[in-house]
Amino acid sequence: MILQVRGVTKQFGGLTAVSNVTYDLPEGQILGLIGPNGAGKTTLFNVINGVYPITSGQYFFRGQDITGLKTYHMARLGLARTHQIVKPLNELTVRENAMVGACFGHQGHNLSRAAQIADEVLEFVGLATRADQLAGNLNVAQKKRLEMARALASRPYLLLLDEVLAGLNPSEISAMLETIRQIQVQGVTIIMIEHVMHAIMNVSERIIVLNFGELIAEGTPEEIANNEQVIKAYLGDPKLAERLLRQEN
Amino acid sequence: MKNWQKHLGLLIPLLVIVGIVVGVRLTDKPATREMFFTVLKAIALASSLNIILGYTGYVSFAHIVFFGIGGYVGFYFMSVHGWSLWLAMLMGGLAAGVLAFLLGRAILHLRGAYFALATIGVNAAVQAFITNFKPFGGPIGMTLNFKIYQQYGGAAQALEMSFYVLAALTLGVVVLSYAIRMSKFGLGLLAIREDEDAAEVMGVIAPNAKTWAYVFSAIFPGIIGTLFFFKNGNIEPHDAFPLASSIEMIVMVMLGGQGTVLGPILGATVYQRMRGSLLTSTIFKNIQLSVAGALLLLIVLFVPAGAIGWLRYRFPVLRRVLQ
Repeated sequence: MILQVRGVTKQFGGLTAVSNVTYDLPEGQILGLIGPNGAGKTTLFNVINGVYPITSGQYFFRGQDITGLKTYHMARLGLARTHQIVKPLNELTVRENAMVGACFGHQGHNLSRAAQIADEVLEFVGLATRADQLAGNLNVAQKKRLEMARALASRPYLLLLDEVLAGLNPSEISAMLETIRQIQVQGVTIIMIEHVMHAIMNVSERIIVLNFGELIAEGTPEEIANNEQVIKAYLGDPKLAERLLRQEN
Repeated sequence: MKNWQKHLGLLIPLLVIVGIVVGVRLTDKPATREMFFTVLKAIALASSLNIILGYTGYVSFAHIVFFGIGGYVGFYFMSVHGWSLWLAMLMGGLAAGVLAFLLGRAILHLRGAYFALATIGVNAAVQAFITNFKPFGGPIGMTLNFKIYQQYGGAAQALEMSFYVLAALTLGVVVLSYAIRMSKFGLGLLAIREDEDAAEVMGVIAPNAKTWAYVFSAIFPGIIGTLFFFKNGNIEPHDAFPLASSIEMIVMVMLGGQGTVLGPILGATVYQRMRGSLLTSTIFKNIQLSVAGALLLLIVLFVPAGAIGWLRYRFPVLRRVLQ
């Protein structure tokens, strides 16, 4: 198991954003994380990679208890992520952005090695021609790829992808999915949050569903697509109308 | 690429400082030397401030506090305990470094304007403390016994020596600034400047990196404080902690180009020369600070990257030379 989450809860004041989530993630998988807006998906990411301290629970990364570690310590253990709202280092070049990942990730490379890794990774995500441009000058699709490049440059064991497909057009989506599959082939375990359903059904081996902070379902894409609770969470109760009619009679 | 070509960016900064020293040496006039003493001091202070302001993106609004505390501590050891200038400078730098370390731990978690406000508070607090601290002479300050200059060959020689010591220190600041800019540590600082949250997610241990940047930016001002007041012969609270000088330091960094090695050097030189002519002009002599204020406003509004930043942006071919 690369990641073990044990009863993790995160409360903001009175609001429970993540409620008692338990899950074991085997190495090498692509795990989809879905749920309606506000279900707590990004909060779960922020909790896993130490941006927010958790209220209760425990989690383990590659067997090590990482509960309460800061996000930079997580990064140095080999956990990387992308942001739903991109956070490019605007005044640095695209190459320097990726170099930050390589320098301060778990392998902690020196600058010249980091520059090599950055160039490899930029080639891989298709930003090689932009390497010397300032990151602030990229368009949205390119910035999403830059997020990916920075995360990959740290050579992580576990990669958290937060809506990397959002805002991309269909051909960009299929290119990105191909990139994600290739990352998995390299042996990286991936958890991805996504709203583009056909894409996530296509690429993930297993899917977990959050609703109001709780884990309501877990299974293969087919099982999830036919799970009544999941349909209810997304579309409301399908049998509600039937029941109301019966009550009136 | 040949090894020396990688460090082309250090060439102009070094040439400027060596040029100043050679120029002073050739003209051999005390007045010229004193003028360039203030220029070198400005270069050293601005380049130091640039490490926290330009590289890390934290506005230290009262950076002169490190100059003042270093000056006071060094001066204390010279005047009360009769230590040599060299040991006193060491103590001055150490005091400034320790103060920066403690402050960094205490207030560097504040972001943006709150950090700037806190630094102003620190300047006021340190000045008030020194003003009431008896061993440092309280509000009257301290005076050096004139005899102390004899071990340096007399007062005139001590003045001249101070210039060359300052030149060496300025060289040290510039090399430090360049080394940080070109290092992995420096890349971490730039990442913090651009987006601290993203930098942390990528593994930059921001609290430590910021604290060390603050310490590095404080040590040389502390050493130079000791040297300056050694040359001055006496030290008083309002001389050691002038808030206006802090603002002038910020203007110099912004004028030349924050976050570049050469920028603060250029900004300090230009600003210091401008200040000199303003102070001697009949119209501006009393309001030269308002010119600094107006200048800062114009830079922030129209050329936020400063002169060197603008040149680097407009002429990418120059980037290797203009670091």
